[in-house]
Amino acid sequence: MIINEVVELSRLQFALTALYHFLFVPLTLGLSFLLAIMESMYVMSGKLIYKDMTKFWGKLFGINFAMGVTTGITLEFQFGTNWAYYSHYVGDVFGPLLAIEGMMAFFLESTFVGLFFFGWERLSKVQHLMVTWLLALGTSLSALWILIANGWMQHPVGAEFNYDTMRMELTSIADLFFNPIAQVKFVHTVAAGYVTGSMFVLGISAYYLLKNRDVAFARRSFRIASGFGLASVLSVIVLGDESGYTLGDVQKAKLATIEAEWKTEEAPASFTLFGFPNEETMTTDYAVKIPWLMGLIATRSIDEKVGGIKEILESNRERIKSGMIAYENLQKLRQDKLDTQAKSAFEAHKDDLGYGLLLKRYTDKVVDATPTQIEDATRHSIPKVAPMFWTFRGMVLCGFLMLFIFAASFYYNAKRTAHKQRWLLRLAVYGIPLPWIASELGWVVAEYGRQPWTIAGMLPTHLSVSSVGVGQLYLSLAGFFVFYTVLLVIELFLMTKYVRLGPSSLHTGRYHFEQEGLSHV
Amino acid sequence: MFDFETLRIIWWALLIFLVCGFAVMDGFDLGIGMLLPFLGKTDDERRVMLNAIGPTWEGNQTWLIALGGISFGAWSLVYATFFSGLYIGMLVLLFGLFLRPVGFDYRSKLPNPHWRSAWDWALFAGGAVPTVVLSLAAGNLIIGLPFQLDNDLRSSFNGGFLDLFQPFALLCVVVGVALLCLHGAVFLHWRTEAILAERARRVIVYSAILFVVSFMVAGVWVAVGLDGYRITSTIDTSTIANLLAKTVSKESGLWLANYSTYPWLGLSPALAIIGTGLVVLLSTKQHTGLAFITSGLVVVCVIVTAAGSMFPFIMPSSTSPTSSLTVWDSSASRYTLELLFFATVLMMPIVMAYTVWVYRVLRGKVTVEDIQKNRNVLY
Repeated sequence: MIINEVVELSRLQFALTALYHFLFVPLTLGLSFLLAIMESMYVMSGKLIYKDMTKFWGKLFGINFAMGVTTGITLEFQFGTNWAYYSHYVGDVFGPLLAIEGMMAFFLESTFVGLFFFGWERLSKVQHLMVTWLLALGTSLSALWILIANGWMQHPVGAEFNYDTMRMELTSIADLFFNPIAQVKFVHTVAAGYVTGSMFVLGISAYYLLKNRDVAFARRSFRIASGFGLASVLSVIVLGDESGYTLGDVQKAKLATIEAEWKTEEAPASFTLFGFPNEETMTTDYAVKIPWLMGLIATRSIDEKVGGIKEILESNRERIKSGMIAYENLQKLRQDKLDTQAKSAFEAHKDDLGYGLLLKRYTDKVVDATPTQIEDATRHSIPKVAPMFWTFRGMVLCGFLMLFIFAASFYYNAKRTAHKQRWLLRLAVYGIPLPWIASELGWVVAEYGRQPWTIAGMLPTHLSVSSVGVGQLYLSLAGFFVFYTVLLVIELFLMTKYVRLGPSSLHTGRYHFEQEGLSHV
Repeated sequence: MFDFETLRIIWWALLIFLVCGFAVMDGFDLGIGMLLPFLGKTDDERRVMLNAIGPTWEGNQTWLIALGGISFGAWSLVYATFFSGLYIGMLVLLFGLFLRPVGFDYRSKLPNPHWRSAWDWALFAGGAVPTVVLSLAAGNLIIGLPFQLDNDLRSSFNGGFLDLFQPFALLCVVVGVALLCLHGAVFLHWRTEAILAERARRVIVYSAILFVVSFMVAGVWVAVGLDGYRITSTIDTSTIANLLAKTVSKESGLWLANYSTYPWLGLSPALAIIGTGLVVLLSTKQHTGLAFITSGLVVVCVIVTAAGSMFPFIMPSSTSPTSSLTVWDSSASRYTLELLFFATVLMMPIVMAYTVWVYRVLRGKVTVEDIQKNRNVLY
């Protein structure tokens, strides 16, 4: 039997390292595009200030990018180190996506990032601009492939189980690529990255404007960030990935738990704005509801139903029972490939094999599960409601706050008075953490919301782990904890130092701390 | 297009190609990392060394990341068993790799000498730790790792990190460290000048001697002392064979069997040794660019020698030889291999083309004067 502690520690380690990695990724995504925009303005207008902007924001980009690379290698390794059975079971489908990501995106960004920093003297203006765009393209392409991979975990299409090799095998790469979940995820996540980059530039520029230094530099940066940010935050909200939540049982469970919809409502479903979900009584206390909204968000219609938790659990119980039959016949087939009776029984129930595997957590044989064990497995076949309910609302709240900040910035920019609105500038500075909070919460909604599965409906998280010892896991967790803490402290120290220094750090002689009478900090 | 047997041999070759790509391209970066505190006596000299590879090391390291992703896709069972079996080893490797991106980017952002010296040692570890762990892993792949697979193809291990430190594997570490120091020094000799280039030339001679001696000792060891493996049952190479149905024998000298079947394979170790002599000769004659290409070929020959001796084994198991992973039973499905074949054949030439372009843009020697002129821009 797989030790529960190994599963829990592996999950903890994956969650911590992925969330940590995701502190750096959105900024890389957004900032690389902003750099490309700024440099395009330099090449088109010929104004030196845009070159300085590209270089200064590029310096901050570099500090962040180094951490993104560092923490990204962990994830590429961790599927193998900690999720070996997952890697074997779905490597045929999931692996190629990471392989293509490596060849198409990682090489592009990491080969051109060096030229971005050190190629200014050696390349023509247009060549350097091209390098910057390729860098930005590389970061977004990387997001594309990893989100296709993640989309497949949420809604597995284009693959089939092969009982000879005991794994899922790819049947159509096109199905994976055009998986609707992957598409919305890509747009939502990349746009969230652009919002992060914009908020970062907007907030820091607002800080310079409040201090009344390097005003021309800060105003231009502020303007670009507010325009790009407004467009991006609208995409994130309008193209939020809830629209994919009606596809497949696991996605439906995610939606029902986000909404705390205990039982199916008549269409169009109302949206619970606020309340306290109670797992015991399966009700939401003090619920404040907005009619129609949920139906609109989830189904983009007013006549489709949104499934409730009780109904989902009912159906999961049946699927678990059917999965037991699939598992029983799989064992027979493993013994004797030519057993036709077992084969037809397996074929009839194989879509529920994953549900049968949920029982592995309680009994190794699966087929001898008691009614209590089946009940237990059913109860744990969807994520808990409260964490889903709150993280989703936290994310949305951050999104709307940012929408307000970007809209106000854009409006006052158009009136050319943004630099005088001290309340707005202050809000922009305090708003800097918002995109990070939203991204991390969004990650929890998407990935905790997928539990108890690694591959929705196919492979339970419990079975996906490696056969490693508890001691080894504590050791690796401690190692990550020490390394990541030290590196984060160093990164924040350098980032703060260069932000405070501002464009003076470029040593061009044109900026605030380089003017006469001001000492160099 | 290809039958499944040919397709898998191609994929075995592509796997070797990627390992070679990583070892050749990132090998000299790792070597320079190991040499950094010893060859660079002043801050400026160290910055020359770092900036000689600064703009390109990151693209080079991507070969390792791509190798991870591609083996995940094309050889999932190998990827899964290798990474989970060498759990602590892989984490140590990872922690070593952590030090490089931040080391390069952060080191020269502050003038404080303690800060810089601390990062120099971090970059040393960033070169040494991956070299040691990967050589150790390679040595253990040749010896065979203690793992078995159950009926669900779930792997389990009976050995820890310290069990990797076997005498033969330690010899492989010597081979690996000497080889990459050689490769790194050849690059430095090519791309730096004056005193630094002269120091690099001396390292070339010493590491070449150490490499040739340790490589030959390893060869003799494999011939007379070390157990090799051979499949003794017949295998249907047209389909993914049932892994646990094969029988495997394990005895001394079997790793040389491929050399009698394919005598041309012997060229590979021979060229590794001759090539090393040529590297020393070319460096002495100041044909530094040519010497670098030659040392790259030496690296390739070493890897081909090891992999060629083991074919068709990829990951033999020392405790349950039946569980050994071979070309015939641990690949991805035919569809996935075909898909990845086209992806690789399409994309890797593009990658290599723009890599060459970037190296051309950045050609020329890095000097102390460059560093002094661009203090605030360079690494």
